[in-house]
Amino acid sequence: MDKTKTCFKTCFMNGICAENPTFRLMLGLCPTLAVTVSAENGFAIGIATIFVLLGSNVMISLLRNWIPNEVRIPCYVLIIAAFVTIAKLILQAYFPVLYARLGLFVDIMVVNCIILGRAEAFANRNTVYASIADALGMGLGATLAAGGIGAIRELLGAGKIFGIPVMGSINPAIAIILPPGAFLTIGFVMAAMNLINSAKAKAKTS
Amino acid sequence: MEAYIAKLIGIFIAAVFVNNFVLARFLGLCSFVGISRKLDVAIGMGISMTFVVTMSTIITWPVYHFILVPLKLEYLSIISFILIIACFVQLLETVVKKFNQALYKALGIYLPLITCNCVVLFVTLLNVQDNLDFLSSVVLGASSGAGYALALILMTSIRERLELAKIPQSLQGAPLTFIIAGLLSLAFLGFSGLIIG
Repeated sequence: MDKTKTCFKTCFMNGICAENPTFRLMLGLCPTLAVTVSAENGFAIGIATIFVLLGSNVMISLLRNWIPNEVRIPCYVLIIAAFVTIAKLILQAYFPVLYARLGLFVDIMVVNCIILGRAEAFANRNTVYASIADALGMGLGATLAAGGIGAIRELLGAGKIFGIPVMGSINPAIAIILPPGAFLTIGFVMAAMNLINSAKAKAKTS
Repeated sequence: MEAYIAKLIGIFIAAVFVNNFVLARFLGLCSFVGISRKLDVAIGMGISMTFVVTMSTIITWPVYHFILVPLKLEYLSIISFILIIACFVQLLETVVKKFNQALYKALGIYLPLITCNCVVLFVTLLNVQDNLDFLSSVVLGASSGAGYALALILMTSIRERLELAKIPQSLQGAPLTFIIAGLLSLAFLGFSGLIIG
């Protein structure tokens, strides 16, 4: 029992820090950049990703001994597409405003490399229990990254956080919520993370 | 008729310059960051991409309008489109391998990658969502592929020149690529005045 518990924790934390899908593995960048004009959108696409990732990881891990190796990728894609369709129908039915804002980027999750990547690298050789931990960790890592980028862009580009104005009379830089801002934000965030990591590594060796 | 041609040209300019699929809509970023290192590779990828997107729109449009709509199965569009794209790419790979070895060697590695490129699925779904007619869909498909190729080739040329430059360590690789993409995207914002009503 203790062993499974530690496994759950390491698998879970792995996705948030050491192998953060957005900043470390650089997977699933398209939705992360496209919809993150605000923190709310960022968290919304993140939660949709967690839902699909959880569903597909559990399903693939359950079926891993039955899916023939030669046709595994088409099988995975079909399972993922089914869960994306479910997520899309739920969003359309209960959160129409949010769906209108996220639009086709929900549909595009089918080809999101995070989901297929986890199916191929983790779910097809691990137990259901570990796959749930992995899905939650990876999904949360992607959510935090998308939400964080969304918050930075919303603050600098619109002067708001979660729709509440915080900048007072300072004029926000609109370019940050336009497409170029997304590229610049993620570029500088990644550079800052590299800087922190190399400083940490230096501190360790000296 | 003239108005229709003007509309098609408008779709082309909008997809290549104003709403470039990579720089303004953030699609196909994985391959954009990964492949933009060598110019000949980028050109090969751009051409195969344009071909696959165009063919996928040609196949998926009739499937949606003549099979899914009459059967009231519109909600299956995601699943059926990704299947069609995957099968088409696989078929294309087999055919090219059989009949044209030289072309297969040039494109072989990139073809399977295209299935997972979000541009293809996005364009086919966009055609359906915006209810475009057949010809407009095909033009949108071809021009989105051309826009992807343009962005990829521009990016690769810039990165090839940067190989020789001195770059701060923490900016090397992906961070700098994103910052360059940001500047390119800023330049492409200048085209936004071109939208034809």
